[in-house]
Amino acid sequence: MSETPAVTPELAALHPGTLDCVHCGMCLSSCPTYRETGRESSSPRGRIYLMRGVAEGAIPLGDVTAEELHLCLGCRACETACPSGVAYGELLERGRAAVADAGLRNGLVGRLERFALRHVVPHRGRLRALVDLTAIAQRLGLTRFIPPARLLPRVPARSTRARLPREFAAQGERRGRVALFEGCIMAELFADVNRATARVLARNGFAVVVPPAQGCCGALQAHAGDPKTAKRLEAHNAAVFEGGDFAAIVSNSAGCGAHQRPHDARVRDVCELLDEAGLRVPTGRLPLRVCYDDPCHLLHGQGVGDAPRRLLRAIDGVELVDHADPGSCCGAAGTYNVVQPEMSRAVLARKLDALAAADPDVIVTGNPGCLMQLRAGARERGLRAEVLHPVELLDRAYGA
Amino acid sequence: MSQLHAALRAIVGPEACLTRAEELYVYEADGLTVHSARPSAVVLPADTDQVARVVRACRAHGVPFVPRGAGTGLSGGAVAADDGVIIECSRMDRVLQISGDDRLAVVQPGVVNADLSKAVAHTGLFYAPDPSSQLACTLGGNVAENSGGPHTLKYGTTTNHVLALEMVLPDGEVVRLGSRSGHAPGFDLVGAVVGGEGTLGIVTEITVRLVPVPESVETLLGIFPDVVSACRAVGAITKSGLVPAALEIVDRRTIEAVEASVYAAGLPTDAGAVLIVELDGPEAGVARQVERVREFALSHGARVEVARDEAERQRFWRARKGAFGAMGRLAPDLYVHDAVVPRAKLPEILERVCEIGDRYRLRLCNVFHAGDGNLHPNICFDRRDADELARVVAAGEEILRTCVEAGGVISGEHGIGTEKREYMPLLFGEADLDAMARLRESFDPERVCNPGKVFPSTRFCVESNPKARGYDRVPL
Repeated sequence: MSETPAVTPELAALHPGTLDCVHCGMCLSSCPTYRETGRESSSPRGRIYLMRGVAEGAIPLGDVTAEELHLCLGCRACETACPSGVAYGELLERGRAAVADAGLRNGLVGRLERFALRHVVPHRGRLRALVDLTAIAQRLGLTRFIPPARLLPRVPARSTRARLPREFAAQGERRGRVALFEGCIMAELFADVNRATARVLARNGFAVVVPPAQGCCGALQAHAGDPKTAKRLEAHNAAVFEGGDFAAIVSNSAGCGAHQRPHDARVRDVCELLDEAGLRVPTGRLPLRVCYDDPCHLLHGQGVGDAPRRLLRAIDGVELVDHADPGSCCGAAGTYNVVQPEMSRAVLARKLDALAAADPDVIVTGNPGCLMQLRAGARERGLRAEVLHPVELLDRAYGA
Repeated sequence: MSQLHAALRAIVGPEACLTRAEELYVYEADGLTVHSARPSAVVLPADTDQVARVVRACRAHGVPFVPRGAGTGLSGGAVAADDGVIIECSRMDRVLQISGDDRLAVVQPGVVNADLSKAVAHTGLFYAPDPSSQLACTLGGNVAENSGGPHTLKYGTTTNHVLALEMVLPDGEVVRLGSRSGHAPGFDLVGAVVGGEGTLGIVTEITVRLVPVPESVETLLGIFPDVVSACRAVGAITKSGLVPAALEIVDRRTIEAVEASVYAAGLPTDAGAVLIVELDGPEAGVARQVERVREFALSHGARVEVARDEAERQRFWRARKGAFGAMGRLAPDLYVHDAVVPRAKLPEILERVCEIGDRYRLRLCNVFHAGDGNLHPNICFDRRDADELARVVAAGEEILRTCVEAGGVISGEHGIGTEKREYMPLLFGEADLDAMARLRESFDPERVCNPGKVFPSTRFCVESNPKARGYDRVPL
């Protein structure tokens, strides 16, 4: 380390954001990977120190920084803890882009991830074909031989995955017109949740439009250090949604919402929108013990934590019970549970301990990654709880 | 060094022994970024036995070692001097025992301060010392620094809450000090180790006192036109015989920074200073005290707001405790000073502290434990600006001198560490320092345990090479 390493303009661009950190350490205990490893380099403060060191040329951009930036879940719990307002999520994306540029993410896992996020996920046809294959594999019982595939939920029927109608009519007194953001994974693996979202919005007096040309939001690509692909996808959606006749773009995927929000002020999480508008209280009764688990990108990424809880409490019969640390990551974190299975399982184990102790009938969370992770985890742990999206429970309450 | 690395790996396992350059780079500073030094290795032991074996291995190789918790300390105490090895206690994070009957808990040193109160909440008890970094800092670090916090005023500092310790002495021997009952015959060795800044050994298990959660708690904000009138009100309140749980002052610049942060609590940004007063105890008594405090604040020119509910009370405290980090919004670095003055001198000293800040052209904010005269002038700066850094250090020294001249001391709760070692002679004569050195040597004759801290470097020029001194006492 005697030579001063070269600092490229990309690395130098990392620098200003790192200066917001005063090294106070208030973020440490909020960080799942620090709690797991106890290592400073696996903490937000440590990762920022590494990025600053790289940007200042004090250390070269090497394996440790690359490993630690990719060991980060990107849950952004540190942002909620940070008094100094460090925009950690943004720093992480830039840092990972620098790692990719430096060729430090060219192992098999990194290449496969990049390929899938560039060439499969954003292409609806290809993604659908892959999901069709998965459905067949699930029917034949083959998925148990492929560890990452074990995380996938049972693929909804093809009719459920068919394109949504372009418009859903508002029911009762009309309260506005909103666009539904379908997402990529949501539209396939959680097509039933998308349909439930549209129904619940309509029940609440919203006319719902579903622009058919919309596509993947680019969040996963940005998180993986591929800003170019992310920007391309963002630009596509910006054109699709531009100037539309709707007051809000409603997302039911916390990860997508958090990514889109800075680009479009109209983006709202479905729970937030319903809470703001005032939920039309469902008439049905669901006598259930419910644990709400915050999706990180809803709580830490968008600052929405009370709204979903208020909605759930409004359902007659629901007893909302606390469990330890609902605001900490479940280990799903986008593609993380596939590319970092070991840490993901360790983080999930803590979450399952907390949920097992609370022993709910239903675990509720509003993000596709968390739904998959908690379903797989609950199944493996033998928890009796069903894992649902908040709108699914609302939808049931309206139908009950 | 590679031989030592191999020995350490064999003790803690390869994955708990960090030796790669970038892994060590992040350990070069704790909460104080002004002083930095890179360790030669970092180990993360899992239990007392591993700590003892690590200590013996370091000693055998003549390499010093330093205990570390979460690295939130503000005096450089957890930085490794002389290519030392950092013994990072973050993985020893279990609460071993909770006894509601005996009102105590037994914990490992890596337990986070705030997590302990959470873990014992079901007993109706809590752990009282509450440093502002309590969401992250560890009890091991609290023991080393004898940490305080806003509630020190009524409840005392860490030393008033530690009943017993298990520690690894610098020669690797494991000893137990104190007793669960709090009554230990003979010398108060626990008292020596608490606040020993990790120079006397490595604490591996802590038995702490728990106290009952008070029946009633009320928190008031006195909103003052300026800091000096807030200080005068503090004087009047304490003189009256009231013992609030906390008396904290936050000045205008600090309020602005906090209100721009995630810890915003609705503190009035038009105030010159806000005095946070917390009163706790039996319900009837607290209500009466609230009225008395309100009168004192009003008569000193304040308007008064009382926290409406527990949520608002918690917001006030999060704002107060997030103040240090929030100052990061103003500049890349922050120097948090720590000094104590007699309470009666607070108004005068604060004016002088602000004058010093202005004279050195520095952005200085004050947020402090007014009830016990513990000042925290915070200076915002950028360590890359050498001229500014020099002014920060010079202003800091002048502030300390001012406080000592007023009859105060150079640290209330952050410790001496590397930060203030050279200022020890401001407060202590040769005989005092000599007495402290004798105590330290009785634990660590070879000075391998956290060397380069507490004692001024000029006094112990041999410290970097302790063996040159042998074990005999020489006149200092």
